[in-house]
Amino acid sequence: MEKQEYTITVYTENTIGMIGRITGIFSRRKINIESLNTSPSEVDGIHRFTILISESEEVVRKLCRQIEKQVEVLKAYFNTNDELIWQEQALYKVPADVIAEKAYVERLLRQYGANVVVIRNDYIVFETAGHREEIDRLTAELGKYKLIEFVRGARIAIIKDSAGFHAKLKQFEEEEPAPDIVENEFLDQRDDVFTM
Amino acid sequence: MSTLEKTETLEATTIAANTQISGSQAVLEALIHEGVDTVFGYPGGAIMPIYDALYDYNDKLKHILVRHEQGGIHAAQGYARTSGRVGVAFATSGPGATNLVTGLADAMIDSNPVVCITGQVFASLLGTDAFQETDVINITTPVTKWNYQVTDATEIPSVLAKAFYIAKTGRPGPVLIDITKNAQLQLFDYEGYNKCNHVRSYRPAPIVRKEYVEEAARIINEAKKPFVLFGQGIILGKAEEEFKRFIEKSGFPAAATVMGLSALPTDHPLHVGMLGMHGNYAPNVMTNECDVLIAIGMRFDDRVTGRLDKYAKQAKIVHLDIDPAEIDKNVKAAVPVWGDCKETLPMLTALLDKIDHTAWLQQFRELEKEEIKEVINEELNPTTDIMTMGEVIRELNELTGGDAVIVTDVGQHQMVACRYAKYNQSKSSVTSGGLGTMGFGLPAAIGAWYGTPDRDVIAIIGDGGIQMTIQELGTIMQFGAKVKILILNNEFLGMVRQWQQLFHDKRYSFVNITSPDFVAVAKGYYIDGNKVTERKDLKSALKTMLEHDGSYLLEVMVGKENNVFPMVAQGTSVSEIRLK
Ligand SMILES: Cc1ncc(C[n+]2csc(CCOP(=O)(O)OP(=O)(O)O)c2C)c(N)n1
Repeated sequence: MEKQEYTITVYTENTIGMIGRITGIFSRRKINIESLNTSPSEVDGIHRFTILISESEEVVRKLCRQIEKQVEVLKAYFNTNDELIWQEQALYKVPADVIAEKAYVERLLRQYGANVVVIRNDYIVFETAGHREEIDRLTAELGKYKLIEFVRGARIAIIKDSAGFHAKLKQFEEEEPAPDIVENEFLDQRDDVFTM
Repeated sequence: MSTLEKTETLEATTIAANTQISGSQAVLEALIHEGVDTVFGYPGGAIMPIYDALYDYNDKLKHILVRHEQGGIHAAQGYARTSGRVGVAFATSGPGATNLVTGLADAMIDSNPVVCITGQVFASLLGTDAFQETDVINITTPVTKWNYQVTDATEIPSVLAKAFYIAKTGRPGPVLIDITKNAQLQLFDYEGYNKCNHVRSYRPAPIVRKEYVEEAARIINEAKKPFVLFGQGIILGKAEEEFKRFIEKSGFPAAATVMGLSALPTDHPLHVGMLGMHGNYAPNVMTNECDVLIAIGMRFDDRVTGRLDKYAKQAKIVHLDIDPAEIDKNVKAAVPVWGDCKETLPMLTALLDKIDHTAWLQQFRELEKEEIKEVINEELNPTTDIMTMGEVIRELNELTGGDAVIVTDVGQHQMVACRYAKYNQSKSSVTSGGLGTMGFGLPAAIGAWYGTPDRDVIAIIGDGGIQMTIQELGTIMQFGAKVKILILNNEFLGMVRQWQQLFHDKRYSFVNITSPDFVAVAKGYYIDGNKVTERKDLKSALKTMLEHDGSYLLEVMVGKENNVFPMVAQGTSVSEIRLK
């Protein structure tokens, strides 16, 4: 099966050690995490992991089952890029004189929608958010003109087709929740269950 | 005892709510509320407050002082395996805790319900490289179902309740609770103990989907050549009766994984043997002949499947398991029936048509005859003077009638014991299946006996493995566990030697291991023993061992270069299993 980008969204209890438990599932299988973001979620007290990896669907599905198996994980979803609205943020530190001397750089930054965060007489910090390719392109361009520092943030993503986790959580809190909570959703998406 | 009486005794023996107690007392109170009667442990600085509290619990909790923490957790595993209850182990911080790691990994892969309690340095010292401080939580994360560090005594009742609930429900597994010394010492207002029965982020078992059960039944009813594989899930789910009814309704041939042994009596007419690398001939060959493979509570370990891309490709696979992560993990199922097999098996049985499969079963019996002729006869009744491991097991079967608990270590003797030991009832086989931990046998047998003190517990161990945890003879000496230790001595690290012979041109690299005088060592621990070097003495020596009131060590000298066959060589298909 072909590898492609998958974004895994994991809802967990906010307990110490969850990052270790979850990343261990990847490192144990020698799978590289391309980016990892942890943040609060739409639900109070529930944490949200956003993990970007490049793998085949089969591998991602199995990973998600292993993630869901962790006691403190409530749910793990995986999505391809077209099922998501996603962003990555980047910060660039550029020498002030380059901006002053080279109008092209300024145009470039405007063209990419970069915003100024800090202006000092020795350097300027710009910020931009968007898809990976745009950021990569801008980084490559700026690289030609003495980019002092560059950092790109982890991917964060919203699942287009999701009603959020509020209702699901209520189900989790019940001792006898509806079947779709108890089941691993990926099992329901099995392709060839009834096709023989 | 009626539940009423039980509650009353519990009230009489436990501390009432609204009392000031220490964290350590709270730990022991929790154990009593969870019905724990035996703890295997070893003290040390960071767990001293718990041991201090234990001093006053002598009449309520039996503490077995092991000789090494690895022995403590293996004993807890053995206890869990024969009793069906949660095994408990105590260890101190640092080296005490790290000594648990092998046992945790073993318990994790073999789904043993175990709760380990480790002491930890004062919370104020965490991260300072304090004396005997190790990051136990991080070290044990991949080998525990759940772990948690307690730094405040008020958390102890609820955390321990959660620990027991998680360890024993769903697919069982080991849980480790690390408690800092300050929390053990801290006094707090005890609000009583409430058992846990729900953790919102944790689903012990998925809800059974009827349509999948129906689909599974349809496929099974259409099968001409159905074949059942069963694993430890049957035992863990306490579904032995449900399983028997399931296979008996239509007469399905059924084969056990190493971990599934004793879930079905060995003599059952539908039991066709053991799967796996050193399993029986028929079940391995027929895996690639059947048209429907029904796997129940097993996980398609690579020792069972052999080469995956040649495994049961012709068959539709119906997989029953409580753990969704097992479905499709190694082998793709046509229908997954996820859920507790105690629940799913009766549903499935109800939908089965009564179909006669005797002709199909007969095909297994034909292959079995071949294995008897080529392998088993000579192994069980050798024609040379050299004793075989198989004949020792045969003699043992004849004397115990199959009623004993057989605990093994890891190696050739393990495979021979698993192949030939007779089991009449469930929870009679204790072995390290998934991790293959040498040194498991002796301490696990001690725990196994505490789990079921009325049964004969026989530990079958190699001359290599016994030397890994031999110090546990001291535990037997001190506490009187009635364990029969049977050392099958081939003067080699036999299983590795077998591989070197077969796959490394007989280059025997560091596999000849010398041994002490085991009988003298036992004697040093005040344990009676004997050594047999000739066949004529074997039966009576085994008899003496079994009749001896108390523990006993019997060493039997067996063929140095005997091999275990059949064998599915690594990287080959189960149907390429070789008989010699
Ligand atoms: C802790 C550990 N170390 C190494 C091994 C690898 N190993 C598997 S079987 C075996 C030989 C066991 O020899 P022995 O205990 O004499 O039993 P035998 O095979 O001769 O019956 C070894 C070294 C292991 N399984 N566990």
